[in-house]
Amino acid sequence: MSSAMYERMRANPKFQELVTRRGRYAWTLAFIVLSMFYGFVMVVAFNPVALGQPVSEGSMWTVGVVVELFMFVFFWVLTALYVRRANSEFDALTQEIVKEAWKENK
Amino acid sequence: MRRLTQFSTALGLFAIAAMAYAGPPVEGAMEKQATNWHAIIMFCIFVALTMGITYWASSRTKSTADFYTAGGGITGFQNGMAIAGDYMSAATLLGLTAMVYTQGYDGYIYMLAFFAGWPIILFLMAERLRNLGQFTFSDITAYRLDQGKVRTMAAISSLTVVCFYLIAQMVGAGQLIKLLFGLEYNVAIFAVGILMMVYVTFGGMVATTWVQIIKAGMLLCGGTLVMVLAFSHFGFSFQTLLEQATAVHKLGPKLMYPGSLLADPVTAISLGLGLMFGTAGLPHILMRFFTVTDAKAARKSVLVASGLVAYFFNVIFIMGLCGIIIVGQNPDFFEAGQVGGKLIGGGNMVAMHLSSAVGGNMLLGFLAAVAFATILAVVSGLALAGASAISHDLYARVIKKGQATEAAEIRVSRIATICLGFVAIFLGILFEKQNIAFMVGLAFGVAAAANFPVLILSMYWRGLTTRGALFGGYGGLVSAVLFVLFSKSVWVDVLGNPAALFPYTQPALFAMPIAFLLAYIFSKTDTSVRAGKEIEAFEDQYVRAQTGFGAAGASKH
Repeated sequence: MSSAMYERMRANPKFQELVTRRGRYAWTLAFIVLSMFYGFVMVVAFNPVALGQPVSEGSMWTVGVVVELFMFVFFWVLTALYVRRANSEFDALTQEIVKEAWKENK
Repeated sequence: MRRLTQFSTALGLFAIAAMAYAGPPVEGAMEKQATNWHAIIMFCIFVALTMGITYWASSRTKSTADFYTAGGGITGFQNGMAIAGDYMSAATLLGLTAMVYTQGYDGYIYMLAFFAGWPIILFLMAERLRNLGQFTFSDITAYRLDQGKVRTMAAISSLTVVCFYLIAQMVGAGQLIKLLFGLEYNVAIFAVGILMMVYVTFGGMVATTWVQIIKAGMLLCGGTLVMVLAFSHFGFSFQTLLEQATAVHKLGPKLMYPGSLLADPVTAISLGLGLMFGTAGLPHILMRFFTVTDAKAARKSVLVASGLVAYFFNVIFIMGLCGIIIVGQNPDFFEAGQVGGKLIGGGNMVAMHLSSAVGGNMLLGFLAAVAFATILAVVSGLALAGASAISHDLYARVIKKGQATEAAEIRVSRIATICLGFVAIFLGILFEKQNIAFMVGLAFGVAAAANFPVLILSMYWRGLTTRGALFGGYGGLVSAVLFVLFSKSVWVDVLGNPAALFPYTQPALFAMPIAFLLAYIFSKTDTSVRAGKEIEAFEDQYVRAQTGFGAAGASKH
């Protein structure tokens, strides 16, 4: 019974739409996080001196501290963006798909 | 009857707590401190409160779903608090503050690596976890594969991670109580182990979650207060703080450069991988995704948790830097008053000394109670994750092949909790001298290599077969453990051999590719009929992962 439901959902063009849209969004965000983070790790590994430089003459704020602080904030903003879109747009689409599969079932 | 036993156990625990301040002084211990009544009173209030919750929770813990996942009835915000609580362990509070204190900027890099896993978990894993899982993450890896073999593998690697992580928590607990109460290390370890057993065996996930939520709130308030008070000494100017810190620290201007902890590129990258993907492989964190109603709440909990974690890491960074001046220059905090010598209570006590310096005994008491509560809560979460691997995966699904009654399954998990409590006590005593933040790093390395690869492949790659999952899982586990065993930290420091067989301390960079590669090769070459069926079954799993249709508990709430 539930296998038949899954079959119907898979056949629904909206399912493909959900998978493509959500997948693209999630992977784009994940790519941003991964490339920024591992880019940073590479700098730590291969050019640590660059991170210790002050952002301006006489300032104690170093490039490394500023970059990290930015990443803490930015990554969290990305999670907020994803949660907002997933909990509204993607969830609505999901509910439609399930509802339509039930309807066909009857 | 059960309530009676429970009450008597609770009374027994109060007696232990009472021993904590009435107990005999430690023979010739330099670390022995004057009894801190503020800390004891606040800690007793915490224990009383959480015992009350455990009592209430025990009446609500009837089914296995209640026991493992609080019936799936935790809200997104509550669960976010609990995840943050699980994640911000005593090793975080004590170990990372100490790391910033001694290594400066390196500690901050560590923290970013601890944090950066969260967005990835949200984008790629959170909703699939919730949609596919029931009680443990093995539900997902074993979803379309051979239940017995794959679950056994997942349970073994879960337990390995849990044990590593337990070591860090227990050692932290012992040191803390030794410093605070003048109690013997071993007695302190027993107190933590026994309290944990009570929370978990009687209250299950309901009690564990609430203990975690309360403690997360206390930790955030306490940490923020200490940070604000300490930072006010520098007029809330990061500039002034850093000028003074680099002036007095023995690293000098190098304090703000990536330094010795990440001396070579391989260690830096390996650590980054281990911390990031380790988060996504910690059984007690993964389990939290099953306590919420649906994928929506699961996402919200990650949002709350990651926000709190990011905030608190920055608080800790400032605390550590303030500690360099406020604690590091004050002879009162050093043994025999030697500035730059050995800190009283050991290197991990910077946060405690800082709170005492800026807020007196009252604040020290509060923060100490928070740290102790933190350890209790995290240890409980770990024990529950370990116990569910034993009872849900090994007992109910592997040994009984799904025929076990709920009552029997809960009974087994309670027994498992008690056994794990004793294992924790034993390991805590064995590893007394290890740096605790470092032990956490090891737990993450094993989680990243043993749990994460198979879990992510089972959700994303249709080609994964039982054979591939087993080789990948065991391969990752064995290689991660061997890399740790042969590294300097165990082979030389613990076992006393002259030279390390494996030159790096972080296993992830080497063990993760091994796991992925083995899983790939042995799945691809698996041409059995069963493998074909498993690959076919991916289709239905995929629709459920995407839509949540058929997900456990979704209809009941």
